[in-house]
Amino acid sequence: MNWKRATTAVAMAIPVIGILAFGLTRDPKAIVSPLPGKPAPSFALSVFAPGEGATALNVGDTVRLADHAGQVVVLNFWASWCLQCRDEHRDLSATATEYFDKGVRFYGLLYNDQESFGLRWIQEMGGQTYPSLLDPRTRTAIDYGLYGVPETFFVSRDGRVAYKHIGPISQRQLSQKLDSLLRDGAGAP
Amino acid sequence: MSHSWALALVLLFATGAEAQVGSAIPSMPARSDSALEATTTMLASELRCPVCQGNSIQDSPSELAQEMRSVIRDQLRAGRTPDEVRAYFVDKYGEWILLAPKAEGFNLVVYLVPILAIVVGGVVVVRTVRRSTTGPAQGA
Repeated sequence: MNWKRATTAVAMAIPVIGILAFGLTRDPKAIVSPLPGKPAPSFALSVFAPGEGATALNVGDTVRLADHAGQVVVLNFWASWCLQCRDEHRDLSATATEYFDKGVRFYGLLYNDQESFGLRWIQEMGGQTYPSLLDPRTRTAIDYGLYGVPETFFVSRDGRVAYKHIGPISQRQLSQKLDSLLRDGAGAP
Repeated sequence: MSHSWALALVLLFATGAEAQVGSAIPSMPARSDSALEATTTMLASELRCPVCQGNSIQDSPSELAQEMRSVIRDQLRAGRTPDEVRAYFVDKYGEWILLAPKAEGFNLVVYLVPILAIVVGGVVVVRTVRRSTTGPAQGA
């Protein structure tokens, strides 16, 4: 009788323990975005950090995603209070310069932060090769279904969200995704 | 003297009329605003705050949640229905954004398992109570 009870208890406990163990292996922050494959939400945002060299724009210029039809665009949401954004900054800057001649455009989008803090952060980090844009009231961030920063979106030539990367991104990851998008040439004019 | 009485009467009517107009103008938007706020609160209570742990955007003090409430309010004000506003957020964040998942497909497990647990638990409790009450009687 005791054996029967013990077997029943174990049989009931195993699925519960299994579900909990499965839950522990998953990152609660890694939530699947429904955006990849869909048209990238449009935006028209103003430049507050101009970038450097060939990629530079004027402060106050308006950047519209619609103006980049036929180009691969990388959108990186960041903030000065974001520690992980420091880890990826150098890689983003280097990759933006490397892929500029291939037609890839990088933009930083300041998330939930003040312009002055963003500018000071860029200065502390030794500059940013690509322009950064203001996102007033985080409306563009909400349009992109942002959970936090850093998050990086890859927009393919046909204007669709190709990939979304959560957390700091490395130069190798950036290159892999960009090479794939450039090779694929989806929607190339 | 008669002039001053006439002036006083004119002023009295004028202020009365102004008071009526003053009370009438805000009362119209106030009613629609309260309905708008009620719908905003209802929808905000259904949506999960992306930067919190298990809070709705109604309960979260985070700036993102506040902005998401503004988005809801703006969309309702623009004439979108609550279903359309819900669909907008599901389109951006997936069904994860809904605090109560839709009762369809695999999601049904979430709704059925608690009922099943209550039924099974009830049966176990009833059987245990019966056994404990009938046990001594059989032995006596």
